[in-house]
Amino acid sequence: MKLYEYLAKQILAEAGVPIPPGRVVDTPEDAAAAVREIGPVALKAQVLVGGRGKAGGIKFAESAEEAPEVAKQILGMDLKGYRVERLYAEGKLAIEREIYVSVTTDRSRRCPLVMASAHGGVEIEDVEDRHIIRRHVDPRVGVLPYFGKEMAYAMELPAGLAREFGDLVERLYRIYREYDAELVEINPLAVVDGHLVAADARLNVDDSALFRHRALPVVDEGTATERKVSEIGLAFVELDGDIAVMANGAGMAMATLDTIQHFGGRPANFLDAGGGASVEPTAQALAVLVGMHPRAIFVNIFGGITRCDDVAKAIIQVKNTQGIPVPLVVRLTGTNEKEGVALLEHEGISAYSEMDKAAQQVVALAGEGR
Amino acid sequence: MAIYLHRGQKILVQGITGRQGAFHAQQMRAFGANVVGGTSPGKGGTVVDGVPVFNTVREAVEATGATASIVFVPGPYTKDAAFEALENGIRLLVLIPEHVPVADSIDIVTRAQDLGADVVGPNTFGVISPGEGTKMGIMPNHIYRPGDVGVVARSGTLSYEIAYQLTNAGLGQSTVVGMGGDPVVGGTFVSVLQRFREDAATRAVVLVGEIGGSAEEEAADYLSTLGKPVVAYLAGRAAPVGKRMGHAGAIIERGRGTLESKERALSQAGARVVTVPWDVAPAVAEVLR
Repeated sequence: MKLYEYLAKQILAEAGVPIPPGRVVDTPEDAAAAVREIGPVALKAQVLVGGRGKAGGIKFAESAEEAPEVAKQILGMDLKGYRVERLYAEGKLAIEREIYVSVTTDRSRRCPLVMASAHGGVEIEDVEDRHIIRRHVDPRVGVLPYFGKEMAYAMELPAGLAREFGDLVERLYRIYREYDAELVEINPLAVVDGHLVAADARLNVDDSALFRHRALPVVDEGTATERKVSEIGLAFVELDGDIAVMANGAGMAMATLDTIQHFGGRPANFLDAGGGASVEPTAQALAVLVGMHPRAIFVNIFGGITRCDDVAKAIIQVKNTQGIPVPLVVRLTGTNEKEGVALLEHEGISAYSEMDKAAQQVVALAGEGR
Repeated sequence: MAIYLHRGQKILVQGITGRQGAFHAQQMRAFGANVVGGTSPGKGGTVVDGVPVFNTVREAVEATGATASIVFVPGPYTKDAAFEALENGIRLLVLIPEHVPVADSIDIVTRAQDLGADVVGPNTFGVISPGEGTKMGIMPNHIYRPGDVGVVARSGTLSYEIAYQLTNAGLGQSTVVGMGGDPVVGGTFVSVLQRFREDAATRAVVLVGEIGGSAEEEAADYLSTLGKPVVAYLAGRAAPVGKRMGHAGAIIERGRGTLESKERALSQAGARVVTVPWDVAPAVAEVLR
């Protein structure tokens, strides 16, 4: 889960990381108050998309008089599909130089990784490799100030900044652990008046660890349908095709989309019906697919921890309650396959055992509906 | 021979009285696995399907001498269960749960490395060896046959699909390993390939990967050392950038972890890369010829 910038900044400040003066702005009047308190500010749209500035989501207000007008231009605007509900007013900085620093998880080394670059202010992917310093963290040891100091000297920062950088990395690592962060990134880490200030910050929290962070406000980036399915507890992504897809297991769901594409069809969604989801959530998920008004629905199940008979019961439940008004193609193989196929046949639904034939069939049926 | 598993290996099931634990302990035994005990706090002294239940791993290990354990507890409790197993002498740990915090997985994997223990998962379907007649996992029993094809996969159901196709084509499996779909897991493609290299029972390897991370690219670097033919199938061609495709690890972020870069790396390293699941078995038959 990504946190809004203002929340990330608040967490940084609580951990002792220097941030520019700033406050949340919910109304045009708030913006005027912010300028009176801070002086000239940047008003920044609180949305979770990159490139806010270019899209018109960051504007400057020099005086309390003009601030409400500037805020009105951003509040409520549509920024790459997200409505701007809230701004963050932040004091303008006289930036001398820009540094990059982040703490993240190195999947292949299976440990935390600190990255830094003296060439900050741009996406780290655009920085030449020789300008990036990478240091892995031994999770048994953690990070002490020397760790960041070494990196600072490797970046050829002056001694004063190196000391500040050492303290900063120690604090970022503490946030990384305390908040179960996938990413703590400060970019740019600005040098202002010879001191470090976190000018922009990103903090992404591991979804699997949210049970430890109930105090964090939930930020749901999904579409309305995506939110509905995530409430059932299943993984769902909306795509732009017309064949609704349910499969069990993320890999299988991905392979099912690939297969539909392979035969010339266009998947409408990714839906992982999950490991061992019982009848009720499976039926709810299928109901959501029906509600998307696709041209056809493809249910592709290879039962392992999921039982084919549970899936069959879910299909029958949806068919007999809200109805399934579009062509439905079912593929069932694996655990309790015979029981599942028998249940479906009793209801006049035939099931395939081979994925390629089933996929071809659903693409053909969707084509007829066009 | 096989990797990770051997016939008669004494296996514990942590969380044996839960819905999943009970069902899969029974399925494992039906496949021939030697499940010697299970744990479930407060249910020690009872028996599930003829398997004795203990309150703690310590009691279970003392009574049975088990050195392998498979864990069925919810994600938030997995770290506790894993450490309980590792600290009590378990040296092969299969972690089925999904939604395990990555920080917990890092701690588990780090501790296992220090103890010289193997961790498979979390978010894995487990490991199965038809030739040894044993498994530690949740995969359906009937789709596997003994044979000489090793399979390593990130995703469970997709690996079932592949194993099923292999079996239907008369190509049995030596060992099928699920690495797990999380960003941080105990094994890597490379560590599993190293085992397949040493395994006399394995003549060819099928690698089932997906978008996200760089495990497939790292596997490609190892292929010249492997010395056995590899067929690779990867999922996620239709996945858009920046969207998490179910697995916490399956996401193309800022242009990294794309299917194209992985397929290119594997193909250049000499793997036969196929683009649909049902092309895997014919390709394996060909490379074994």
